Amino acid sequence: MTDPAINVSHVSKQFGETQVLRDISMQVEAGKVSCLIGPSGSGKSTLLRCMAFLEQATSGSIHIEGEPLGFTDGPQRRRQSPAELRRVRSRIGMVFQQFNLWPHMTALGNVAIALRKVRGMSRSDAEDRAMAQLDKVGLKERAHHYPAQLSGGQQQRVAIARALALDPTIMLFDEPTSALDPELTGEVLNVMRQLASEGMTMVVVTHEIGFAASVGNRIAFLDGGRLLFHDTPQAVFAAPREPRLEQFLDTYLDRGASMLK
Amino acid sequence: MSFDFAVILAKLPQILSGLGVTILIWVGGTFAAVVLGFVVATLRRFGGRGIEVILRAPIEILRGTPFLVQIFLLYFGGPYIGLRLDPWLAGLLGISIYGAAYYAEIFRAGFQSVPVGHVEAAECAGLSRNQIITAILLPEMALLVLPPALNMSVILLKETALLSLITVPELTMTVQAIGSQQYAFVESLVILALVYWALVELANWLGRYAERNLSKLSA
Ligand SMILES: Nc1ncnc2c1ncn2[C@@H]1O[C@H](COP(=O)(O)OP(=O)(O)OP(=O)(O)O)[C@@H](O)[C@H]1O
Ligand SMILES: [Mg+2]
Repeated sequence: MTDPAINVSHVSKQFGETQVLRDISMQVEAGKVSCLIGPSGSGKSTLLRCMAFLEQATSGSIHIEGEPLGFTDGPQRRRQSPAELRRVRSRIGMVFQQFNLWPHMTALGNVAIALRKVRGMSRSDAEDRAMAQLDKVGLKERAHHYPAQLSGGQQQRVAIARALALDPTIMLFDEPTSALDPELTGEVLNVMRQLASEGMTMVVVTHEIGFAASVGNRIAFLDGGRLLFHDTPQAVFAAPREPRLEQFLDTYLDRGASMLK
Repeated sequence: MSFDFAVILAKLPQILSGLGVTILIWVGGTFAAVVLGFVVATLRRFGGRGIEVILRAPIEILRGTPFLVQIFLLYFGGPYIGLRLDPWLAGLLGISIYGAAYYAEIFRAGFQSVPVGHVEAAECAGLSRNQIITAILLPEMALLVLPPALNMSVILLKETALLSLITVPELTMTVQAIGSQQYAFVESLVILALVYWALVELANWLGRYAERNLSKLSA
């Protein structure tokens, strides 16, 4: 049996006194899309950030395609060397709610810089590749614009292109459309749909229940730092026996989810 | 009583030489202050807790005392510890150190105002720590600190006038000397004010030019 793309095992996370994640275990199989939903403050971002080692789990472990992330396996939990961490993390692409493009570089520069500095590609090779990637998200025409000259939706698509250019096998999204005007969410969700249909392994924190229901292979529901469900959309939405989930869905119900009901 | 600027302008070569000294100390001092301030801010940011504690006190002292007192201490107090400096060297050093303390603060604030997410995105893209500093943090910070950095340089220009008190042959000292020789004290002050103002306007104009060119990079 092959290793799952992501294997989260008994992960807990504390910020000082606050327990944010409580003994979370979940697997994401290669090529599948898991959507993380749950009320504000339930720990969705923290869990996702742990999967990219932007936060360190207080206990438990995370494996990416069978390899430990951040800490070495074995009886003593030791930090990986920066080079080892970069190697394992190179399979992961991360997309943030706030885009986090670098404002002093054009869209093309944002996508190309890691190709040059991390992959050691020549400038022209890197830019060719970056241009192809921008083309894929429909932004070839905007390649020489700076982030401040792009709409939110365009910026987020550049951010997706930037992550994809490095050939990740896993893409993590933290509320990728929450900072966008409603009319701009569609263009970003379409890029993500396309990506999912090409077989990318994805974990998506989202409040877009419709997207979760239609694109997600699995829905993970977090509440108070606990993973209450990680199941198919049908199982989660069609029969929300769990009162917390029912309550949550009542607040967020939109067309996509109600269709499944 | 009538104003007579002609007697002062007759000494134009001397005035220009004073102006030259002022500009040299201003530009040289600002440059040294930026470099030194940058090194200090970088050490404080990335050098660990010990360095941060050691550097904090001198910066607070430099920012908490008048520049006049500092150059007097350097020029008149220096010899007591075997530091005997030419006036112009003491002046240059004084401006550099005084300015460095402020630039260190400007750069510290600059480092802090680069959003954490921009660094996280760079980590996720696989950039090493040094690459993140040189390719992301520093250029982004440069944009943010440009206005306060230029402003500080204008303040340093005006502080150079105090160097006349330790006999640096800069603009203020030169023009005032001419003024008292020629019994045209007020005229000399008016001319001084005009020349400094022109220099400040020039600096501001350069600053606006730079900002206009960089404005497309910020929202
Ligand atoms: N760096 C931090 N330091 C201290 N507490 C934190 C930190 N980051 C998050 N928290 C806390 O952890 C809890 C979970 O936060 P998290 O951002 O993971 O929630 P979330 O489910 O993503 O919420 P939202 O839907 O609002 O984005 C919150 O109570 C938050 O205040
Ligand atoms: Mg969140």
